[in-house]
Amino acid sequence: MSAQIRTFALVWLALILLLAMTVAAAFLPLGPAKPFVSIAIAIAKASLIFWFFMHLREDTGLLRLAAVGGALWLLILLLLMSSDLLTRT
Amino acid sequence: MSDASPLQESADPPPPRETPEEQVSYLRAGYSLKSWFFTTDHKRIAILYMVAIMFFFVVGGAAAVLMRLDLATPSADLLTSDGYNRAFTMHGVIMVWFFLIPSIPTTFGNFLIPLMIGARDLAFPRLNLLSWYIYVIAGFFTLYSLVAGGVDTGWTFYTPLSTMFANGHVMAALSAVFIVGFSSILTGLNFIVTVHKLRAPGMTWGRLPLFIWSHYATSLVLLLATPVLSITLVLLAAERMLGVGIFDPALGGDPLLYQHLFWFYSHPAVYIMLLPAMGVVSELVAAAAHKQVFGYWFIAYSSMAIAALGFLVWGHHMFVSGQSMYASAIFSLLSVAVAVPSAIKVYNWTATFYKGSVSFDPAFLFAMSFIGLFVIGGMTGLMLAMLAVDVHLHDTYFVVAHFHYIMVGGTVSAFFGALHFWWPKITGRDYTKMWGGLTAVLIFGGFNMTFFPQFLLGYLGMPRRYHSYDPEFQVLHLLSSAGASILAVGYMLPVFYLGWSLRWGKPAETNPWGATGLEWTVPSPPPKHNFEEVPVVVEGPYHYPLKHPASRD
Ligand code: HEM
Ligand SMILES: [Cu+2]
Repeated sequence: MSAQIRTFALVWLALILLLAMTVAAAFLPLGPAKPFVSIAIAIAKASLIFWFFMHLREDTGLLRLAAVGGALWLLILLLLMSSDLLTRT
Repeated sequence: MSDASPLQESADPPPPRETPEEQVSYLRAGYSLKSWFFTTDHKRIAILYMVAIMFFFVVGGAAAVLMRLDLATPSADLLTSDGYNRAFTMHGVIMVWFFLIPSIPTTFGNFLIPLMIGARDLAFPRLNLLSWYIYVIAGFFTLYSLVAGGVDTGWTFYTPLSTMFANGHVMAALSAVFIVGFSSILTGLNFIVTVHKLRAPGMTWGRLPLFIWSHYATSLVLLLATPVLSITLVLLAAERMLGVGIFDPALGGDPLLYQHLFWFYSHPAVYIMLLPAMGVVSELVAAAAHKQVFGYWFIAYSSMAIAALGFLVWGHHMFVSGQSMYASAIFSLLSVAVAVPSAIKVYNWTATFYKGSVSFDPAFLFAMSFIGLFVIGGMTGLMLAMLAVDVHLHDTYFVVAHFHYIMVGGTVSAFFGALHFWWPKITGRDYTKMWGGLTAVLIFGGFNMTFFPQFLLGYLGMPRRYHSYDPEFQVLHLLSSAGASILAVGYMLPVFYLGWSLRWGKPAETNPWGATGLEWTVPSPPPKHNFEEVPVVVEGPYHYPLKHPASRD
């Protein structure tokens, strides 16, 4: 039990760290790479939540597939939307 | 299976008031209001949905009648311009979210999925009832916005019209669509879990009826697409009510973001409307031809392919919205790709008819209308997906005709086909086939007369969403309005002969069409818990010829 609490606390710390990175990245002069950096950090956060807080680590393949599916579909939305956003003249 | 006319019928001794099958059926399992409104029986919930959905079909249809009357003359005489805007908006909102999207899944899907896979109910019966209540609550929001004066944004709620300029009851309509989304999500979830977990022994994935495959694919789309719509509507509300800058460039928003998000839901949503109809048609075609369907796996997997590819084409609604040329080219290409799995289905259905002993019972006439009208709708979709062609045709009546061929010619025909096919199973009574056939023909004729002229109108340059137009367009508009009146008669006829059958129809056999499928092995109407004993499945679907007394073979 206490080992589990330790894991959750560590994951929480990692999430806070990533949040700090998001905020920091907003002020860095990253130019057009900016959205990609923040999306990458967001993906890292989401993965931690999926894996630990949502217990996917203990679940069967089918449930993991369902969760990955949801995330993948969000990526489809962002990817094809960027094909417009990044090439508009 | 004799085709008795009502006249002969009354000469014969009247059919029994109640058959032994009916006495133990789900229909007689309790008569109180409570036994209906608190039921968890998927078959009763299907009937609750049927009543609610037909109500909205009539309300949405009434708006269409107003529009077609107004359009009979070039001048703006029946409705004010504002009134006309509200009529087409309410027509679109009601028909899309309160009829077409729930139509086949929540009625026939609800009723048939457990029966077809050999289960006693859906996986979550109470969730099923809850989704009906959510639908009804959302329905009240729609009716409120309608009675309070309507909405004038069009069913697409495009910004900045919906955020800055529209002064109708936008928030009420948005809430209705937002709420009804949860009903969709719950239904999709329920179907997915049911198909995974409740299949009878021996009912492998390869033995699932194609109706189940298409509903499975539909449920995936419901789950993956609907949340995006919900979030989009919340963002829209945040900008309209609170002035949060999301879509308005003056506030730092992106002017095309709304369209991207909306169509990321709404193109897949057109497949939510179409896939269940394709599942119905697969069943009807196999039963009509009395043959194993040609290319079972092609039809099954093409449903899955449509569900997935349908998410990649939304930008074809934005070719002239200011979307980048590069993105438009990608979306154009992907739109061509999505037509492939649809075409596969059409070829397979047609090949199934080849050398079949094809029956022309009413349900099958509807199935054949579906195939023909869907081909026209799909092919014109391909035309619209061509960049240069779309510049000419965008926002004209050509687009209106395109999607009505698919959503009305396709999905509504399939809905009526399903109604005529499974009516004896659902109600336990046979209707008069002659009337069913006549209705199918009237609807097919009336439909084409209504919507074919709209292709021509659009090509000639008549824009959509206007109620006054150049006099040169009047002949085509008048044809269309006249066709709509035939169509309306066609849609109303079943009320009479199907209603008649409830009291005076002959009791239906267990398997009146001699079709395969577990639903045809239980009595008509089915008992409360579907199966006395859980069936064990030993062969694939569509195992014709049948060794069954009612078989035509
Ligand atoms: C299969 C079922 C389909 C349904 C139910 C459907 C429905 C619709 C609807 C409702 C619209 C109009 C939206 C609006 O502006 O209000 C539309 C437009 C359009 N559809 Fe379809 N469609 C289907 C298939 C297809 C296919 C297969 C293609 C192309 C491969 C296609 C291409 C288009 C295009 C390009 C437009 C936009 C036209 C324009 O606004 O300029 N559709 N469709
Ligand atoms: Cu589309």
